[in-house]
Amino acid sequence: MKLRRLGLTAVTMLLALHLGPSLAGEQKNYSLTASYKEECGSCHVPYPPQLLPADSWRSLMGGLDKHFGSNATLEASVAKEITQFLVVNAGRSGQSQAVGAKAPTLRITETAWFKREHRDGHDGLSASVWQSAAVKTPANCAACHREAGEGNYSERGIRIPRSK
Amino acid sequence: MKFHFPLFVGLVTLAAGAAYAETPLDFLNTYQAEARRADPGFAASAPRGQQFFRRTGNQDWSCSTCHTENPLAMGKHATTGKIIDPLAPAANDKRFTRQDKVEKWFKRNCNDVVGRQCTPAEKSDVIAYLISAKR
Repeated sequence: MKLRRLGLTAVTMLLALHLGPSLAGEQKNYSLTASYKEECGSCHVPYPPQLLPADSWRSLMGGLDKHFGSNATLEASVAKEITQFLVVNAGRSGQSQAVGAKAPTLRITETAWFKREHRDGHDGLSASVWQSAAVKTPANCAACHREAGEGNYSERGIRIPRSK
Repeated sequence: MKFHFPLFVGLVTLAAGAAYAETPLDFLNTYQAEARRADPGFAASAPRGQQFFRRTGNQDWSCSTCHTENPLAMGKHATTGKIIDPLAPAANDKRFTRQDKVEKWFKRNCNDVVGRQCTPAEKSDVIAYLISAKR
């Protein structure tokens, strides 16, 4: 009996340890606004706002004319509305800051959280998965997180494509 | 008076059609008319549109880099890998139905591909090509 309870406690603790840090990115506790999905979710999935701190979103939205190689400028009123949505739902800077960075990072993939959750060997990830034609780039969330377009990154929605 | 009534309705419908372009053909005609102001002999051409669609410009991108050489097929964004719905109206009836969207994407994508805004002639050629793509 005692042993069983101990086992149960251990399992619960392990679960808590596993889920704890990842909650920020995987639990949907906001709803993506229509304008965010429409304007930002056409060229890439509408990334979850809590994966970058408010400073990062402000900086990113202030530089849309040079947005990772494209001019993604929006109408001023739309840009304002989207910035507000991102900032209100942003993550805490502690958890989504890039390791050792001075300026706010504009890339989710540079954050400590992303790196930890997508480290080699975790959930069957390996270099060949990233390089496969179906994934191609870590920016392509929807390649594995099948419901990323709707902001759903739950474990159940993950299907890692076979790398060839 | 009675006799002229259908003509009047027809004219109003035509005018409304021009103001609120809602079909791919409306967009083709609007851009073609714009191009004719500079070049009265201009006629939109699907083969020329196809050439333009496949021609690489800035950073080695062409329209077909993301939209593929078959506008009836699903595309894939060159940097993010995101799946893009087909461009040809025959494969996707949402394409070329809203002026704000059409203008927005020509503006952004022409900037990415040719590093400038597309001319009305280029736009009407590309739409002629996309309309000509049939299953």
